[in-house]
Amino acid sequence: MSDVSAQIEMASPGAVVGEHELLGELTVEVQKERIVEACRALRDGPSQYVLLSDITCADFPDEPGRFRLAYELTSLATGARVRLRTWAGALDPEIESVTSVWPGANWMEREVYDMFGVRFNGHPDLCRILNPLDWDGHPLRRDYPIGGEEVQFSDAV
Amino acid sequence: MLADTRPGVRAPLLINLGPNHPSTHGVLRLIVELDGEVVKEVTPVIGYLHTGIEKQCENKTWWQGVTLVTRMDYLAPFANIKTYTMSVEKLLGIEVPGRAQWIRVLLAELNRIASHLVWLGTSGLELGAMSVFFYCYRERDELLDLFEMVSGERMNHRYFQVGGCAQDLPPGFIERLQAFIDEMPRRIDEYEALLTGNPIWKDRMKGVGVLPADDLIALGVTGPTLRAAGVPHDLRKTNPYSGYEHFQFEVPTATEGDCYARYLVRVREMRESLRIIQQVIDGLPEGPTIADDRKVVLPPREELAWSMEALIHHFKLVSEGFKVPAGEAYAPIESPRGEMGCYVVSDGGPKPHRVHMRDPSFVNLQATAPLCRGNYLADLIAIVATLDPVMGGVDR
Repeated sequence: MSDVSAQIEMASPGAVVGEHELLGELTVEVQKERIVEACRALRDGPSQYVLLSDITCADFPDEPGRFRLAYELTSLATGARVRLRTWAGALDPEIESVTSVWPGANWMEREVYDMFGVRFNGHPDLCRILNPLDWDGHPLRRDYPIGGEEVQFSDAV
Repeated sequence: MLADTRPGVRAPLLINLGPNHPSTHGVLRLIVELDGEVVKEVTPVIGYLHTGIEKQCENKTWWQGVTLVTRMDYLAPFANIKTYTMSVEKLLGIEVPGRAQWIRVLLAELNRIASHLVWLGTSGLELGAMSVFFYCYRERDELLDLFEMVSGERMNHRYFQVGGCAQDLPPGFIERLQAFIDEMPRRIDEYEALLTGNPIWKDRMKGVGVLPADDLIALGVTGPTLRAAGVPHDLRKTNPYSGYEHFQFEVPTATEGDCYARYLVRVREMRESLRIIQQVIDGLPEGPTIADDRKVVLPPREELAWSMEALIHHFKLVSEGFKVPAGEAYAPIESPRGEMGCYVVSDGGPKPHRVHMRDPSFVNLQATAPLCRGNYLADLIAIVATLDPVMGGVDR
């Protein structure tokens, strides 16, 4: 078990589901319910993963968890990086927001909500960010067609 | 945000800047809540340039995606394309030849100078230093000419490829580049003579838009904005890629964390980039500029005339694209605005399962409100200018 997993396990026993290192990138899979605890443990732990580089999501319609979230964490002290991964669930995807750990997660989570429809509980202002507020659907889902959307503002001509 | 109508309470004034106001750096909209001249709250509204590039990438082959991602941050096209190709190369396990790596460093640093010149010119314009704008764009135009020599395009060059660079540097390029490098330090002195000691410039910038480094880190801010607050975080140093460990250069930092410090850091970064470019010119290794993997890289043009196999490879690559082993990769680089990274997921096919760009402007822009609160409205212009957001990258 890597140091990163050990740190998470110490703060929140049972949170780590698995880990693997591929192409020099360490990925730790954690339980969805423990994501905030895992993030906080890594931020405050000895390796100081203080910078949240990115939160993003990928849609796997055939997987039971469907929406796979990836949190890219960076340690400014050592330059080390780790990716936390978790599945948000196929029906009614939701997860706890990490804005309490990093305020910078705000827009990243809004983007994932906008594009994938994953709800972040406890987020201060969860609304669409790149698409118009009244947009239908979540464009980056795999079942959202490309080219099928209505042409905008065509009624104004 | 309903106005407070109680007697004796001054109602805040809501004003709208943009989405096309010249001071908002592109199609950014800011809803500003004012108490007199003082900014109480700023709400950035983004998405006006959203073109769904990430979604389009999923419906194109891996190598078509190179063209798409170049158009995200339009002031740093080489940065976009570099992080994307690096991520794909990571998944493919393909080795990029030394000469290609050095050319990539060369163009990335030229791009950094070009981007900082646009930043300096437009910021000067917004704060009333109009001549700086003309000088900066004069030099930037020379850079665009150099880019055109290399790639045939002034912007949105599809020059970096998965595996290396599209072609070698053209004849006469190094000479013209050397002339530019020799001239540029004097030009930077010229901008500094106009700005660094200028009392108006200092008044508008010093002590304006300060946040402690810890707050900036918590907001995810990277790049010159973070370095101006005293954190020497530069991915070229902390996680060297493309052979940056071979070059001698400093990471300029400042401690004040205000607009003026961000200005100084960027100007010094231009000088450091010039140092790196000179080292590339002096030590550019010979050899191929692209990997020799016919399953991924297009065969040389001349081979198509006589090699049936090359023709087949060419046809397969253009019509079907190459397959990338299943997995995920994230290869961050230091773009002119901070950490830019491309997160790619492959399902083993010729098209990406997911392409996501971590754009530094998108994350940095979140700092607008905390930086502006309590400052005057006029300072907001300076603060947004020195954050240097590029909306093409923010909205993607």
